[in-house]
Amino acid sequence: MTPKVILVTGVSRFLGGHLAARFAANPDVERVLGVDTEPPPRDLLRRMGRAEFVRADIRNPLIAKVISTANVDTVVHASVTANPAGPTGRTAMKEMNVIGTMQLLAACQKSPKVRKLVVKSTSAVYGSSSRDPAVFTEDMGPKDLPSSGYAKDAVEVEGYVRGFGRRRPDVNVTTLRFTNFIGPRIDTVLTRYFALPVVPTVLGYDARVQLLHSEDALAVLERATLHDLPGVFNVGGDGVLLLSQAIRRAGRLNLPVPSMAVPTVGGFFRSARLVDFSPDQMRFLNWGRVVDTTLLKKEFGFTPRWTTQQAFDDYVNGRGLKPLIDPETIEAAERGILAVAARFR
Amino acid sequence: MAGARVIPLHDPERDAARRSRHVEVVPEPAQQQSETPDWERRLADLLSFARRRIAGDYQIDEFGFDRDLTENVLMPPLKPLYEKWFRVETIGLSNIPMAGGALIVANHSGTLPLDALMTSYGIASEHPAQRHMRMLGADLVFRTPLLGALARKSGQTLACNPDAERLLSSGELVGVWPEGFKGIGKPFKDRYKLQRFGRGGFVSAALKTGVPIIPCSIVGAEEIYPMIGDIKALARLFGFPYFPVTPFFPLFGPLGAIPLPSKWYIEFGEPIRTDVFGENAADDPMLVFNLTDQVRETIQQTLYRLLTQRRNVFLG
Repeated sequence: MTPKVILVTGVSRFLGGHLAARFAANPDVERVLGVDTEPPPRDLLRRMGRAEFVRADIRNPLIAKVISTANVDTVVHASVTANPAGPTGRTAMKEMNVIGTMQLLAACQKSPKVRKLVVKSTSAVYGSSSRDPAVFTEDMGPKDLPSSGYAKDAVEVEGYVRGFGRRRPDVNVTTLRFTNFIGPRIDTVLTRYFALPVVPTVLGYDARVQLLHSEDALAVLERATLHDLPGVFNVGGDGVLLLSQAIRRAGRLNLPVPSMAVPTVGGFFRSARLVDFSPDQMRFLNWGRVVDTTLLKKEFGFTPRWTTQQAFDDYVNGRGLKPLIDPETIEAAERGILAVAARFR
Repeated sequence: MAGARVIPLHDPERDAARRSRHVEVVPEPAQQQSETPDWERRLADLLSFARRRIAGDYQIDEFGFDRDLTENVLMPPLKPLYEKWFRVETIGLSNIPMAGGALIVANHSGTLPLDALMTSYGIASEHPAQRHMRMLGADLVFRTPLLGALARKSGQTLACNPDAERLLSSGELVGVWPEGFKGIGKPFKDRYKLQRFGRGGFVSAALKTGVPIIPCSIVGAEEIYPMIGDIKALARLFGFPYFPVTPFFPLFGPLGAIPLPSKWYIEFGEPIRTDVFGENAADDPMLVFNLTDQVRETIQQTLYRLLTQRRNVFLG
C-alpha cells in the first residue's frame, strides 16, 4: 500500500530533508509534510519541491493536531540525532530525541488514520564494549546499558516505539538501526572527525567501524516508507574498516592519545567546536561495532550499493580530502628504491 | 589399562615428519640463478607492503582479522621460536580438513599462551592449505589495550557462542582452549592434568554448526615457565588472574621471561563428528556433557601417550 500523506520529522537535517524531497518527487504520494523546529537551509528547501514545511516542535502536543488535520497515514521519524547543535546542545538534543519521540508517538496513537511508522534508530543501542560479540544481530542487547548520551536516548526511543507497537497493533512499525553514516554531503560527528588534519585516537585500541553511505540510508528509509516491512532491521554497508585504516585511507595522521588523557583532549576538541564526542561515542572509538545485515538483505530486500570501504572512499573523494603524503610520491619513492637496488644486482 | 599397550619407540608418522624436514633444508639453487635475486624480490615485497599500509589498502573481516598484517608482520617472528627454540613437531595435521569449518580443542598450559601461538603458527606454516586458525580468547585479552587490538588483528575473537558459531558456519578453522586460566595458570606440580572444561559451550557451538571437533594435545608447553608459586595479592593489584613465580621470575626480572627451550609435540587427533546427532542436539545437555568428556578424555590419553614416548623434556 503506497502511503497517501507522509509526515517526516527532522526535515532541516540531511536525512529528513532529502527524504521529504524523494517523497515529493514521487507522484503516488499525495502530500508530504516536513516538520522541524527550524526551517531547512535554502538549497534543501528548494530540493523538497512540493513538500510542505511545518514549523513545529514535536515536543509540543500541537503535533497531534498537525497529524489529525492533515490525515497523515504514514509517519517517518527521522529526527533522532547524535549530533548536538553546539557545545551545550546535549541536553536539548536529549530532550528532542526522547521527549519529542514520546509526544510524536502519543499523537500517532490518538490518530486512527496512522497506518505506518518508520523510526530511524541506531546501532548504538547495542552499546560498545570488550565483552560484546564481534557482530550484533537484531535479537541481541547491550552488555552494559548505556548510562548517558545518544545511545541511551536511542534505547529509550526504541522502548517507547515498542510500547506504541503494543498499543496500536494495527500500525506497521519499522525500526531501522543504522550504523554510522558517511558520504560526501552528510555532516555528522564522524565526517568532521575524519576531516581533522590530525585525528586523535585512543592509544592501544583500534575500533572496527562499519559505515553506511547516506544515499543508501535514504534508499532504505524510502523503501521502508513505501512498502509494508514491519520489524527491526540492522542497516549497514558490507565490510569493515579499522579506525586506523580509515584514517590512513583519508590520508590523515593518526595521533594516539593515552586513555587517561582522552577526556582532556575530547574537551579541547569540543570547546574548539571541532568535534563533539559524547562518552558513548568515545567508547565506540575504543571498541567499534559491527552489525549483521542478513535480515536487511533477506527479509527487507535491500542490499546497500556501497560497501563500508567504498562509502568511505566516496566521502574522501567527495570532500576533496587531500592526503598529507601524496600517494604518487610514495609510489615514486618505491620505484626509486627498487631502481637503486637493481643497480647492485 | 592404557599403560599395558605396546608403544612404538619410533612412531612412523613422526619419523616421516623428521625426514621431510631434513629434505626442506636442502637449498634450491634454481631460485638463486633467476633474473632478480632473492633479496631484491623481498625488498620489493616489503616496499609494496609498506605502501599498502600507508594507504590503508587492505581488507579486514568483520572480526577485525587483518590477513595482510598477520602474514607479513605478526607470523614471521614466531618462526625461530617454533623451529629453533621449541623445535615443534606436529603430528596428525591431516586430521585438519583442507576447507570448511572445524573446531580445534586443545589443552592449555605454560603461564603465557605460547601454546596457542605455536599451534596457530604450526597450522599456518605446515598444513597444506596453510589455514589461519581463529582462536577464541578471554575477555581480559580484549579489554587490555594494545593486546586486545593485536589479538583482533591476528584473527582472534571473544570466546562467546555467537562469535564461535558465526566463525564455524562461515567455514573457518576455530581454536579453543576450554580450560582457560585454570589451565594456563596451574601450578607446575599439576602439569599435564587437564582442568575442568568449562560448561561445554564449545561443544554446543560445534553441534549447532555441525562441524567436526579435532582434539589437540600439546606436550612441552608445561615446562616453558614452570610455575612454582602464585602471588595472589599482586595478581589482584594488577587485575591478572594469577601472578606467576617461576624459578627465574621475578627473581631475574625480564630475563625470567625467556621461556625454557623444551621440545614440543602437537598432536591433532581423529576428528569427532557432530553432524550425526540431529537437529536440536545442542539443546540436549546430556549429549553436550558426554561429548565434552569424550573430547577431554581423548586429549588426556593422548597427553599420557606422548609423555611416555618422550625421553627428555628438552631433547624430546
